[in-house]
Amino acid sequence: MIYIDKNVCNGCGKSKETMCERICPGDLLFRNNDKKADIRDQGACWVCAACVKACPRHAIELKLPLQIGGNGASLNARVSKGETIWALKDLKGNVEEFKIKSWVDRDKEGCPALISEKADKV
Amino acid sequence: MPLNEIVLDMDKVKITRLKTDVLIVGGGAAGCFAASELKLNAPNCDCIVMEKAHIDRSGCLAMGINAINAYLNPGETPDSFVAYIKNEFMGVVREDLLYSIAEGLNSVVHEVEGWGLPIEKDRNGYYKMRGKRSIRIHGERLKPILAERAKRSGAKILNRVVATNFIFDGERVSGAYGFGIRDMTFYVIEAKAVLVATGGASRIYKPNNEGSARNLMWYSPWNVGTGYAMGTRIGAEMTCFENRFVALRVKDVNAPTGTLALGVGAKQINAIGESYLSERYECFGGRKCVTPYRLYATILEDKAGRGPCYLDISHLSDRERRKLKEDFLSMNPSIVLLWADEGLDKKLSCVEICGTEPFIEGGHSEAGYWVDVDRRTTIKGLYAAGDITGGSPKKYASGAWVEARISIKTILADINLNGKIRAVDESDIQNELQRITAPFYNHNQNSVTAREMEERLQKVMDEYAGGISTNYELNDKRLRLARDLLNELLGHLEFLRAENSYELVGCLEIIDRIEVAQVLVEHLFHRRETRWPCYQTRIDFPDRDDRFWLKYVNSVRDTSSGKIKIIKRNLQ
Repeated sequence: MIYIDKNVCNGCGKSKETMCERICPGDLLFRNNDKKADIRDQGACWVCAACVKACPRHAIELKLPLQIGGNGASLNARVSKGETIWALKDLKGNVEEFKIKSWVDRDKEGCPALISEKADKV
Repeated sequence: MPLNEIVLDMDKVKITRLKTDVLIVGGGAAGCFAASELKLNAPNCDCIVMEKAHIDRSGCLAMGINAINAYLNPGETPDSFVAYIKNEFMGVVREDLLYSIAEGLNSVVHEVEGWGLPIEKDRNGYYKMRGKRSIRIHGERLKPILAERAKRSGAKILNRVVATNFIFDGERVSGAYGFGIRDMTFYVIEAKAVLVATGGASRIYKPNNEGSARNLMWYSPWNVGTGYAMGTRIGAEMTCFENRFVALRVKDVNAPTGTLALGVGAKQINAIGESYLSERYECFGGRKCVTPYRLYATILEDKAGRGPCYLDISHLSDRERRKLKEDFLSMNPSIVLLWADEGLDKKLSCVEICGTEPFIEGGHSEAGYWVDVDRRTTIKGLYAAGDITGGSPKKYASGAWVEARISIKTILADINLNGKIRAVDESDIQNELQRITAPFYNHNQNSVTAREMEERLQKVMDEYAGGISTNYELNDKRLRLARDLLNELLGHLEFLRAENSYELVGCLEIIDRIEVAQVLVEHLFHRRETRWPCYQTRIDFPDRDDRFWLKYVNSVRDTSSGKIKIIKRNLQ
């Protein structure tokens, strides 16, 4: 499941759809009446983290449901040019950070996953 | 239910008609590679990719992967690759397809490396081996990397368009219909050739977790077998559906066990600490047993009262544990969360393992379209690549890329770019539009939601067609019951109700899944032996019978009666 911090989410302003709505492989996210990102059905979430990585405000965290032992730990991710940087927070608030290589710039033509809506207009 | 989406009526659904040379249905690993391959070899050939989600993060690779599991490391040859898989699948595989995959594996991996995929290397610059046919990668962003190539190739990408059926005149496929969920548009896309690359089917069986964790499964929950259902509706021949895939995974979060067993040498141990594969199951091959026996042995341990079973990682140093977490973050972040939920300072020593629910797919196992070695299906104008093609298991992502390459080469040889596309029958268009929008009109008290239908389908399949609750075991009587109950379920389809595009897609998906389940049950019913324990365990025919069953079980659905005919084919 995911947790969207409504104080941080700005609904991606005037863009046609929010970045999480654009990317969710299950089409679970949408912009609600308060102009914030929202999820239709937590139980349908695959916990793939596509939305977590795509959110420009880093407002989305990954969590596990209580059913399988979810206890409050959360996982956030941000995408830099060549790395994906994860922040794992446990229930006591301890944070462990991971920087993992995820792309090698071999042809100088731009970085996948740092894409705006413009790139969709093919 | 979101309040900002309004109930639609049919007048509001627009129709958009497009023409192209090659239509690729499904923009996952195979589809993206195929688009790039096509435009590279034939820049003047028009191409449309139809994708139900967004190609940047859709299909099986959405989370990323941390290894390429089909690659010929030094010492391996196409012959040794085919021999290995033939042994893993008890002799029933398509050696011709596997050989063609093996020959192309290394070149596609090098190509994707050139697109920006980081592959781990040793001091001398060689790929780091994880096994004889496996290399380590940093693949968190593999899907965006493939998508970027597809976009840059010049192919037209239609994101958020759900494929519903092929355009078919009884003889030849000449395009496909799709429903655009963002623009409420019914797409009629005519093409000279269609490549189906929609992957396999999940959510047929009741999953390990329920309710709030029900989609935390191994295979992509949005791969629902649409391509299989579209194919069977037009009478395409399918093969090996009874070769289901059941993965041995980390309990609850379904994280990959290969990362632990192959990646860090973790042993499978039971509740009393025995390394049970070597201590109790030498008869299956011990620690070197073929994949289904790892799972089968685990179930036998459970039945004998020596469960739960674990993967032992107590030998890892702190540095190795951190590396392990990194490997999982690039492929399945939820296990790292699970560990954090137990407290970051807790020493991880054992990871509990269990089997998943069965899936129908052709990337790990071999359910799918019956194709020739050039990836032509049995229907003219229709080609297949990736998890949707049958008979060629263990091809994984890199094998899907090879199949994409082979199918595009065939398509370019087969089609006449200057030729005309057959005209679509206008009444076909209206019929399909009516079929897919019908759930918008069901508001009487008998109507049901896709979710209610899903619960029924999964319960029937779990209890009568060898799900988790029966230890994957099948028998004649139960399969007959499954067949009858699925038929009954089909009768409820006319009551499906949807109030917005999200729910409508759910309705279309459940129709596809029930049809896939029907084909599956017929295949399971007809193989009267036990060839692959857990994947296909017949308790009424418990032995492998090489005299009669070194054969493929294939099927064709009659396009008018809907009846499924089984065809037994000799090995080739």
